[in-house]
Order: sequence, then C-alpha cells, then structure tokens
Amino acid sequence: MDVAQQLANGIFLGSIYALFALGYTLVFGVLDVLNLAHAAVFTLGAFMGLTAVAKLGLPIWVGVGVAFIGAGLVGIVLERVAFAPLRRRPDTRFAGLLSSLAMASLFVAIAQGIFGPETYIFPPGSVPSETLIVGGLRLPVTQLLVVVVSVLLMAGLSWLVQRTRFGRALRAVAENPRAAALLGIDVDRVYSATFFLSSALGGVAGVLYALAFNSVAIDLGGSIELKGLAVIIVGGMGSLLGALVGGLVLGLSEVFAVAVIGSTWRDAIAFGLLALILIVRPQGLFGRPTLRRD
Amino acid sequence: MRRLTVLAAILLTAACSASPGAAPTTGAPAGSGGGQLQAKVGAVLSLTKGAAVYGVTQQNGLQLAAEEVNAAGKVSIELVIEDDASDPQTGITAFQKLINQDKVSAIIGPTLSNTAASSDPKAQELGVPVLGVSNTAAGITEIGDFIFRDSLTEGQVIPQTIAKAKESYSLAKVAVLYGQDDAFTKSGYDVFAKALTDSAISVVATETFSKGDKNFSAQLTKIVGLAPDAIVVSALAVEGSLILTQARQAGFTGPIIGGNGFNSPTVITNAGAAAEGLVVGAAWNSASDNPENKAFLSAYQAKFGSAPDQFAAQAYSGVKILARAIETAGSSDRVKIQQALKTSIKDLPLPLGSFSFTETRDADHPAVVQIVKDGAFQILS
Repeated sequence: MDVAQQLANGIFLGSIYALFALGYTLVFGVLDVLNLAHAAVFTLGAFMGLTAVAKLGLPIWVGVGVAFIGAGLVGIVLERVAFAPLRRRPDTRFAGLLSSLAMASLFVAIAQGIFGPETYIFPPGSVPSETLIVGGLRLPVTQLLVVVVSVLLMAGLSWLVQRTRFGRALRAVAENPRAAALLGIDVDRVYSATFFLSSALGGVAGVLYALAFNSVAIDLGGSIELKGLAVIIVGGMGSLLGALVGGLVLGLSEVFAVAVIGSTWRDAIAFGLLALILIVRPQGLFGRPTLRRD
Repeated sequence: MRRLTVLAAILLTAACSASPGAAPTTGAPAGSGGGQLQAKVGAVLSLTKGAAVYGVTQQNGLQLAAEEVNAAGKVSIELVIEDDASDPQTGITAFQKLINQDKVSAIIGPTLSNTAASSDPKAQELGVPVLGVSNTAAGITEIGDFIFRDSLTEGQVIPQTIAKAKESYSLAKVAVLYGQDDAFTKSGYDVFAKALTDSAISVVATETFSKGDKNFSAQLTKIVGLAPDAIVVSALAVEGSLILTQARQAGFTGPIIGGNGFNSPTVITNAGAAAEGLVVGAAWNSASDNPENKAFLSAYQAKFGSAPDQFAAQAYSGVKILARAIETAGSSDRVKIQQALKTSIKDLPLPLGSFSFTETRDADHPAVVQIVKDGAFQILS
C-alpha cells in the first residue's frame, strides 16, 4: 500500500473536516449552543464562490473571499433570527438547536430555488488542474491549496483568539458571559462576531470542498454534517485544537479504512474509532471535563 | 340514530368505491367513438436529486414523441408525469397516484432500476403495463408479465463492451470499482465481473464506494498502485464524473470502461478532459444513421435547442412503442395493451434501430460500443 500517498489523501480530507468543525466548535465554546445550520452555510458558501467565479468571472481567490464574507453575513442573520430571540429562555440550548435546524432547511430551500437540483462545476480553466509530483507523491494543486488555506485560516483564528483584545473578550464570554458583561464587554457584539467568524469559516470550507472536487450541488452539506459533529465531540467541544486534531483523525481514519479494508466499512470504522476515543476520554481529546452546571 | 345511519351509509359507499379490485379493470377513460383513440399514459421520472441528469432528458423525449403521435392522428396520448426524486419510496407513491387517481392505461419508467424494483410489483399486482425506458439492471422484467422494457440490459450491452475493449486495447488485467448500495450499479458490477471472467481478463482489485461519495482518492490510489490495463467502473453519472477526474489526478492514463450510468453528456461536461478515453457500451449513439434516428435528432434539436442523449432516445422510443400497442389493441384497456405489447411489437423502426421484444419482454436490438474522443461519444472501431 502506498502509505505516503494515502497519508496525503487523508491530510487533505482531514483539513476540510477540521476547517468545518472549527466553526461548530467556536459557536459551541462561546455560546454553548449547537448551530445545526452550519452545514447549510457550508453549502451556501460553496454556491457563493461558484457564482462569483462562474457568473461574475472572478478568480477563485476572490471567490473564496466572497464565500468568507457572504457566509459570515449569513451567520450574523442566523444569530439575530434564530438564536438571539431565544437567549433568555431556560431551554435556550434546545430551542436554539431546533431553531437552527429550521434555518438550515430554509437556507437549503432558498438555494434549491435559485440553483435547482443539478450538479454544477466551475468553468473550465478557472480551477488549476495540474498535479505536482513530489518524490512519487501525487498532489493535485487544488488539494494543496485547500490544505494551505485551511492551515492559514486556522492559524489566523488561533492568533485572533489568543493574541488580540477581541480574542480576550471572546474567551471571557466563553468562560462566563455574565461576568464578562459586568466587566464591560459588549456580549451581544461578541456573539454576533463569533457567528460571523464561525459561518465565514464554514462557508470557506464549503467553497474549498467544492473547488477540490469540482462539484457543487445542494446536497453538498449532507455528507459533512454528521462528520463535523462527530469531530467536535471527539476533539472536545469548544476546543479549537480539538477540532483540528479531530478533523485530521477522522480524515485519516476514513482514508485508511478504505485503503486497508474497503469502502463498505469506511463509516463504520471511522465512527467506531471516534466512539472508542470517547469511551477512553469522554470529554474528547482536548475538552475539559465538565461540571454539571445545574 | 338517523345521523348515525346516514354516516354509516356514506362511509360504506366510500369504502366500496375505494377498494382496489384484484382483477385488472378498464380504469382508463374509454377510448372509443369517432377518430382518435385516446389514452392516458403515466410516467414516473427522476426529475430531481441524484438521477435528475437522466430524468430531465427523458421527459423531453416523452413530450416530443407524444406530440408526434398526437399529430399523426391515430392515437391521442395524454401524458401524466410524476417526479420520484430518485427515491424508491416516492416512486411507489407516484405509481399509486397514477394507477388509482389518474387511472392511466400504462406507466413509462421509472428512471432508476432501484426504484423499479419496488414500484413495478405494485403495477404488476394491479395489472397495469409498465414500460421501463432506462431500467437496465437484472430482475426487472422477471417481476411479472405486465413489465416490459425498451432499454437494453447491462447483461446485453456489457459483454459486447468488454469484448470490443479487450480487442482494441489487448486487456489482460483490470481493476474494478462499483457502487455497492444501488441496485443498478451493483447489478452492473455483477455483469462486468461475469463478462471479465468469460473473456479471460484477470481482476487485480475490486473496490467499492457509496452513493453520494465525493472522494475516491483512497480507492483510486490503491488501484493505480497495481497498474491495471484498464479500470472498469459501474457508477451513476454524478459519481462517475468525479471518479473520472480523480482517476486521472491519481495518474491513471489508460482506458476507463463504464456501464450505462456514464451514457450521459453531463459526464463529459463535468469531467472535461478527464473523460477522454472513456469506453461505454450503449443502446443508442447519435451517429446511428437510420432514418428514424435522423428525424428524431433534428426534431429534438429544433424543439429543445440541444442534442438528445440515449435516455431521451429510449424514452421517445417508449412512447412510440406504446402508441403502436394502443393502436393495435384498439382501446385504452390495460390488459388489451399488455397483450398488444407482447404480440404486436416486431421489427418496429425506431431511433434505437429495428426493435422487438424478447420472449421475456426485454429489448432486442443491437448495441453500440462508444469511446469519448475530442469531447464527444464516438463509435469505437
């Protein structure tokens, strides 16, 4: 078995999962709520990038930027419409969950209304089609770009969270929103900004996924929905490093499961491995053991 | 007490009229009296979701043929088209609606063999003739004697494809990749496996994938590492296009041999340069030069502004076959149409060629082996 090549395959897949999971875990860490519309934002981001490149003839870099900003704005709308009004309720976590599910269906329906059920591709020539050959390894340029952009975004997010004032405010709100408010932090603004960032990352993950496979359809988010959730649970909900490592673990285990055993068992093995990790470490790889808050 | 009696009477009447009769009934509007024979024909197509790439052109083919039949004056066909969203459950619901509510004389479709496997038995049970125009998996016409198809089965086309490919490329060993969770792709794989054995070609690897998968790099890396002469793929168009692209990315430059799922121009559009060298057996090729095909090509182009594909050709032919059966039967009665399909369709000139049904109600006409060259399907010589 060509271990090096399969490793490369796994890292590429894993970096998309990681980027997608980052958005999930960011929202969970700060707002303590699961945003189930994240996969729909992933799909919308892909379509925004596609429209920018196919309809407006912009280069793919701009397309990725459009997806980032566009998806981020969708995230702010999501926060205002689906989560903010329910924040005062005692069952806010479940209410938010259901509300985001509804928004997800809405987003997909809108996308279907505009784009229909067909599968789209990026215009020929807009996406680099070369493959680099490095010492026997075949690395399609699109996949390399995906990994590089993912790494840059993750590093950027990490810098933002650890080294800026905003990042400090974010961490404060994540720790205890009431105390943060008492200290003069505008908690609502932090929430909006978190959703912007999270959805922007999700949207970029979507357009990168679409670019890498040159395939955009409204069911794009379907396969990654459950996996993103699994990744953040295994990585530790609320941990950025956990999302990164969890994503890579899932990507690699999927690829090697297929390479060694066969595709029929792929999901069973990948999720089985994640379940195993949870048995050994229920809070996830990098999660903190939670105290019951009630 | 009186109210109860009235209520009971209403319920009883409703129950009586709703009971599905065990015996086939003349459910369709009687087509008799002066001039045209009228019949309602239902069609269940995948107009959305995964198989939409086939369903949409099928719909075009049906509409074109219905127009021509109605214009010719002997039979008047009213098409009732339902979308099964590429899903077997929705297909069953669509069949039931067409049979019980619209009371059609016959049903064309459904698009996918996967859906036919669960919907056709309902029609067989209720005595409604079904004409599949794109079902190529095994086990469809075996459902019963009301089930027909004008689409050559994989079992008929694939052996011809493998034989021709072996000759053209001197194939000694191949790798196989197929979708394990769809009746059509799995059945295609079974036929490929048998044809490869019969042609004494050895299989160095057999890999699988699932519907909806986008990433095949793990399987393809494994396959390419074994250096096969060709890769044989049984997949639907969406996965097929991705497999073609990723196989080329993985460094495979040899021929890729595909099943019926690849018989769509969208595969060439979506895979681009990666589609060059794709070998697919087909029931129909636009280069076929019989007069019915030439007329079909220009009529389709004129009405829809694009070239037809195999699915449009088979759907178009399906309506023509049904129209001939209705004409012979002289009525829109379901049983009479079924009898006419069985006995009166011999050497019917169609874009598919000279068409007859076999003893087992399958299609009987010669197949074509194609190769993608310069961005189009051409006949492999």
